[in-house]
Amino acid sequence: MNSSVIVFPGSNCDRDIAVALEKMQFKNKMVWHKDTNLPKSDLIVIPGGFSYGDYLRSGAIAGKSLIINEIIKAANSGCLILGICNGFQILTETGLLKGTLLRNKNLKFINKDVNIKVINNKTKFTSKYNLNQILKINIAHNEGNYFTKETHLKELNNENLIAFKYCDEKGVVNDRSNPNGALENIAGIFNAKKNILGMMPHPERMVDEMISNTDGVNLFSSLINK
Amino acid sequence: MRITNKIIEKHGLKLEEFENIKKLMKRDPNLLELGIFSAMWNEHCSYKSSRIHLKKLPTKGKQVIQGPGENAGVIDIGDNDAIVFKIESHNHPSYIEPYQGAATGVGGILRDVFTMGARPIALLNSIHFGSPSHPKTKSLLNGVVSGIGGYGNCIGIPTVAGETKFNETYNENILVNAMAVGHAKKDKIFYSRAKGINKSVVYVGSKTGRDGIHGASMASAEFDENSEDKKPTVQVGDPFTEKLLLEACLELMKDDSIIAIQDMGAAGLTSSSVEMASKGSLGIELNLEKVPCREENMTPYEMMLSESQERMLIILEDGKEEHARKIFNKWDLDFVVIGKTTNTKNLTLKFHNKLVGEIQIDALAAKAPVYKRKWVRKKIKKSKLNIKKIRNVNFEEALIKVLSSPNHSNKSWITNQYDQMVMGDTVQRSGSDAAIVRIHNKDKAIAVTVDSSANYCKSQPKIGGKQIVCENWRNLISVGAKPLAITNCLNFGNPENEEIMGEFAECLEGIKEACEFLNYPVVSGNVSFYNGTNKKNIFPTPVIGGVGIINKLSSPISHKLKKDKSLLLLIGKTFGHIEQSCFLKENFSIIDGSPPEINFFNEKNNGEAVLNLITLGLANSVHDVSNGGLIVSLCEMAMSSNYGIKIEKPKKIRNPIEYFFGEDQGRYIVEINKDNLNKVEKVLQKNDIYYELIGITQKKYIEIEGLIKSDINDLFKINSQWYNKY
Repeated sequence: MNSSVIVFPGSNCDRDIAVALEKMQFKNKMVWHKDTNLPKSDLIVIPGGFSYGDYLRSGAIAGKSLIINEIIKAANSGCLILGICNGFQILTETGLLKGTLLRNKNLKFINKDVNIKVINNKTKFTSKYNLNQILKINIAHNEGNYFTKETHLKELNNENLIAFKYCDEKGVVNDRSNPNGALENIAGIFNAKKNILGMMPHPERMVDEMISNTDGVNLFSSLINK
Repeated sequence: MRITNKIIEKHGLKLEEFENIKKLMKRDPNLLELGIFSAMWNEHCSYKSSRIHLKKLPTKGKQVIQGPGENAGVIDIGDNDAIVFKIESHNHPSYIEPYQGAATGVGGILRDVFTMGARPIALLNSIHFGSPSHPKTKSLLNGVVSGIGGYGNCIGIPTVAGETKFNETYNENILVNAMAVGHAKKDKIFYSRAKGINKSVVYVGSKTGRDGIHGASMASAEFDENSEDKKPTVQVGDPFTEKLLLEACLELMKDDSIIAIQDMGAAGLTSSSVEMASKGSLGIELNLEKVPCREENMTPYEMMLSESQERMLIILEDGKEEHARKIFNKWDLDFVVIGKTTNTKNLTLKFHNKLVGEIQIDALAAKAPVYKRKWVRKKIKKSKLNIKKIRNVNFEEALIKVLSSPNHSNKSWITNQYDQMVMGDTVQRSGSDAAIVRIHNKDKAIAVTVDSSANYCKSQPKIGGKQIVCENWRNLISVGAKPLAITNCLNFGNPENEEIMGEFAECLEGIKEACEFLNYPVVSGNVSFYNGTNKKNIFPTPVIGGVGIINKLSSPISHKLKKDKSLLLLIGKTFGHIEQSCFLKENFSIIDGSPPEINFFNEKNNGEAVLNLITLGLANSVHDVSNGGLIVSLCEMAMSSNYGIKIEKPKKIRNPIEYFFGEDQGRYIVEINKDNLNKVEKVLQKNDIYYELIGITQKKYIEIEGLIKSDINDLFKINSQWYNKY
């Protein structure tokens, strides 16, 4: 399976995701943001980091870069797209995903391992997980506080477009288990066609027992065995 | 423009230094030249007060590739891998403008490391604040922590370890020391020595602005009531541009285009060009109208003294300009040939073809002043401690006081603001004795830690100097690493004061002896004098950053207890040294007496034995015993895991307070399986190690027969409250 990782100036999880993809047997290529040709890809990943220093607004400038038109074309023709952390922010800036990511409610950068729950496992991204499975995954962001308008929130719920929600280690989803203030504890969402996933937690940080755990592995193995 | 005494003073130069400048130049300097002298001759850049003492430190060893004198130190970790590291202070700027001061401290030290061809893989910091009740402390803490995080998180290098301390001695002069560690190929290290005549001198990175002018001179003077006015001397950091600069430099470093490279740190364009020329015994000529400027109508004076961040100076091989330019253009960075190397041995400055300044490189570097300042040995005061009174304290209450104190509270409020995981190789995050970072794509790792003990250094500087090196060494041992080398950041008061200079000289004697005994050389460092305000000096606070190697990373070890019903051994002898302890400070506000003595032989012997146990796979967890004594170390092991501890009351001790809270050095707690006791005892006895079997692990409680039985969850709560409530 072919994957492409888009590299913006200021991306800093590009190497990490490439390592994870290669470990999971993807044939991966790095794509520079000034390129206008996207290599043939089954999966496009927009990695975490601080594209353009997060100046103006997280993801705002990257959302206008040259490669984005190609990504939108690919998305519309059904290519799988995964945006992690800053990648999620960029996807909301391009309009490929609705809603936005506000500053964390405590107004501080948060890096820690949090629990998230698999809300929909009937997608190409999550099929290897069990429904309601609790994962421990690292988050690292300033703006992860997901917000969207009421009609879209209804759509997310009715169409089963919420991928993950923050919870505690027993799976309880409430304010106490919400690290950043996200609406309904949302940690990741799909678009209507479920070929795009945006998520704040970093699955690529959870593929190596020596470093953390392997709770992120099934996301990648879902994709490769789709 | 006539150079008046007032102008000289404003430049931080003494009148006799000005006379010396005139003698060296055989004429009066103009204002630009005076500015350049002030930038090169200040304490921060010239090390004029510290140099004769620094010379005595051991800097050589089999593991050392490059010692002090370059942008950073370099050590060999085998297989053509090298580790490049250094620590640096950014104290004054951080007090004036905490966010930017701390952020640019991180940015500056990162440049020192990647200038040498290394990809930075870890950041550490040692930050010291005044008393929590001081009105400025809270905002300084907030600003410094978000500044450190803001820079490291954005550039994408994990902040993996550090220390945070509070002490009223820093009320008006906080300390912010940042350390960066990078990985390079041993045969691809880049240096700052210029070579060859008529080679292109290239400016890359951000544009030059008017920020940070005289930053280094500001850092070389004490604060007074007007220190707020110094805000414009603080630089503003842009981690995004630094990320681009990092990637562009590393890309250019893949081939042989670079002859020499130097970052523009303190004293900016001045010190970078002078240092490169000086090391190569060459001259350098700059055409200042070519310098990319952020603001209009900047003068040569401003360009030469600006400390704008994220800039580098590179000397290129012939014919490599276009190749290099392409790389920097790709990363949207400025790339301008601004001058060339010459054989004149002068710094020659031209502005629109007009000569605006010319100074012998030697006058700025080799002939910069060196002072043999007067110093006196510390008079040792006799302790007035009433030992009977302190023995009567309630054990549990005393423990709670220590665990809930700002200095001993859990620091996750801070560390959660730092990305510790980016780059995917952080094996052990902060909270343990040392962090562990894997070498990318290999199964070996380095361990890193920073340590300081200002109270010890204040009471007896020489013992304090020994102690910080030993504690640092011990922290690396505790995670199974072989300690290799250190970097030091020497934060002191006013060196013109004999007592302060004495503290400096004595601390260095201690550091020297410890480094020599442990074969633990100093490969880089930084001196920060004039920490104080209105003649009130800070406690001497040398900070040691250490790097060790774990050659085979099979099962990393930490202070987290692993199992129920395993045995706990205390390695090293306990005498119950309670003077200068945290127990006294937190319970009685007493800072009195001598610090615990260091016995080098036992230190080394105990450490090597513990490392041996870890390497043989006989240890489940290890923790060194330091601040707070045995009981605090035991609590930390329990609180970080799901296991409690049961200790039998030791029979031979004078008093449990001294036994459990005493801060005797050279000690470790080692958790082992019952079945391994024989094997462990054999190793220890063979090496003549003093050890005690002190207890076992159990579920839920920290328990000492007849003294205490506390639920570890309750202790954890007590230990984790302070920052959230502050």
